[in-house]
Amino acid sequence: MEPLLEIRGPAAPLPLDDINTDMIAPTRPRAHLSNTKISEREFEAAALFAPLRYDASGAENPSFVLNQPGFRAARILLSGRNFGCGSSREQAVWLLADFGIRCIIAQSYGGIFYDSCFKNGILPVILPTNTLNDLMQEAATGGSEHDFTVSVAERSIVLPSGRAIKFDLPEFRRAALMSGVDDIDMTLSRNTEIAAFVDRDRAARPWIYLAQQRSV
Amino acid sequence: MPAAAERRPRTLFQKIWDDHVIADMGDDYFLLHVDRHVVHDMGGRSFAGLRNRGLALKNPELTFATADHAIPTTPGISWSEYSNPYLENLRESSKALGFKFFDPGQPGSGVVHVVAPEQGIALPGATLACGDSHTCTVGALGVMGWGVGQSELLHILATQTSIQKRAGNMLIEIEGRMGGAITAKDVILHIIRQTGASGARGLGVEFAGSAIRSMPMEGRFTICNMATEMGARYGLIAPDEVTFEYLRGRPYAPAGALWESAVASWRHLAGDADAIFEKTLRFSIDQIAPQISWGTSPDQVIGIDENIPDPDGEPDAFKRKAMMAALEYTGLAAGKPLAGTSIDHVFIGSCTNARISDLRLAAAVARGRRVAAHVAAWVVPGSFNVKEQAEKEGLDRIFLEAGFQWRNAGCSMCGGMGDLSREKIPSGKRAVSTTNRNFVGRQGPGSRTHLASPAMAAAAAIAGHIADVREFGIEAHGTFA
Ligand code: SF4
Repeated sequence: MEPLLEIRGPAAPLPLDDINTDMIAPTRPRAHLSNTKISEREFEAAALFAPLRYDASGAENPSFVLNQPGFRAARILLSGRNFGCGSSREQAVWLLADFGIRCIIAQSYGGIFYDSCFKNGILPVILPTNTLNDLMQEAATGGSEHDFTVSVAERSIVLPSGRAIKFDLPEFRRAALMSGVDDIDMTLSRNTEIAAFVDRDRAARPWIYLAQQRSV
Repeated sequence: MPAAAERRPRTLFQKIWDDHVIADMGDDYFLLHVDRHVVHDMGGRSFAGLRNRGLALKNPELTFATADHAIPTTPGISWSEYSNPYLENLRESSKALGFKFFDPGQPGSGVVHVVAPEQGIALPGATLACGDSHTCTVGALGVMGWGVGQSELLHILATQTSIQKRAGNMLIEIEGRMGGAITAKDVILHIIRQTGASGARGLGVEFAGSAIRSMPMEGRFTICNMATEMGARYGLIAPDEVTFEYLRGRPYAPAGALWESAVASWRHLAGDADAIFEKTLRFSIDQIAPQISWGTSPDQVIGIDENIPDPDGEPDAFKRKAMMAALEYTGLAAGKPLAGTSIDHVFIGSCTNARISDLRLAAAVARGRRVAAHVAAWVVPGSFNVKEQAEKEGLDRIFLEAGFQWRNAGCSMCGGMGDLSREKIPSGKRAVSTTNRNFVGRQGPGSRTHLASPAMAAAAAIAGHIADVREFGIEAHGTFA
């Protein structure tokens, strides 16, 4: 994974609650797009937020935030409660990452989505509603004069006005994002501890370990 | 385990958690052992991820797979002639890596959250992970089950562990009596309406109370299945005699002396009487009407005898906006009754409501009646074994004579992905479904879903419009007339 140290840019406000993974990454027929000449990859990328991003004819909906000039290259997304709830489809995270989003700031998240963000180099930040509303205000119309700076090392967000806000981030997540080391390598380095647990557990709960049971 | 942790009163959830901690990662994160990993066809791609990284499958004896999301449920399909890339992937991976795969059309196959309990793979006190958000279904057996994304799935294949944040605990006590027209589905829809879609976000929710204790195992699965629709990470019910009776003799459940020692240990799982929950909610179900969703979130629910709510009466601006969008999408008018709204499809199936008791209930409504001419009504059993049992009882004949399609087991139209997305509700069409999600486009792009019980779904199929099943000879809290 690419190390993630700092994210700077406009922050796109999407002031809705309960944005689910089917809204972020719907499965949809190709005919939904007006331009059918695009490649498969572009087609997949264009699925991001499709129910909000396009109208019924497949044309861009100009009122949707990522279609607005100041936010077309947004790397930070602001939203409400329970962002990424719904199914476990990791496509939701992948499409956001492909679009260039590296940081989401919301009041809360769907649990699976939240975990998947870290595994794909996206930083999900949790802030209370009042603070989020301030961020949405300052996000204004986007563009470089409204840049936010999110620092992983400092666990802080600097708003366009210069105001700085701290956020919580578990130390092991912070270290992993900054070094780019992934969860699997992190866990494999604990193989001895895992083996010791399983030895103890086989004695305590033999019915869990089927092969052992069947060979008895 | 530190002695202090033993002395502190613990909830069911905390006990299971403590039993699985391998390492404390700090900041309330822990490395946990995964006792059971159940993979479905859409998660099968992770086996390629394993190969690409040169990693081995950590523990084949704790890994199981079934194909459900993308397979067709076409009646009479010849499985020897059918294939798709997801299915092939699971077949080949299971051969190469040595884990159990329930091939479609074979005993034991079916929807992952129906199969895991039915086969005795899900056991009380165990941890069970699956690349699917309804993994909380198995919590009904006292299993700590949670859904994971594709990357975490790979992590579990490679390590048989998962990094989890310790969740807070919530207790939902449900008092009262079910039966007849009021099913577990009505109970959980009624509760989610009040908690909201994020009311239990990230929590381990334990369901308790007299309604749960007297509820058969299959209803308990329906309750826990939808815990994720209130945002819960885990849904749980303390195991009791009903649980043990359900599991006894199942293929992967322990047998003989091992069964006896397992049950003895499972009896200690129930939470301590003085254990503390962060939040407790109480519901009475004695007065509820059959429930049905009107919007595009599982908390947008009303009793069948209520009118569709009016966004103008909603003080929260976010919620008002969501309600207006939902009404526009579902093409419904605020303030009007939902009953009487014409429908195009009925889907009786899914990991929420496709077990044998669900099919018996739907068949009781369908018996001797006819599906309305303009309605396409499907019955899709949750597993091969459910289908076989239903056919033994003649339920298939009842459905077929009433004009329902009687199909093979699978997810089918629930997620709009069955038969590689050919089994779906067409755009703009309205369905009453026994599933768990009514999201925008959930059953296919443009599809409109109304969530309800199998009894309400069967009633709608026959009436041709959204209807009150109590008008079909089923008493509110009684048996069939
Ligand atoms: S039946 Fe529906 S909710 Fe259940 S696993 Fe299949 S697609 Fe998911």
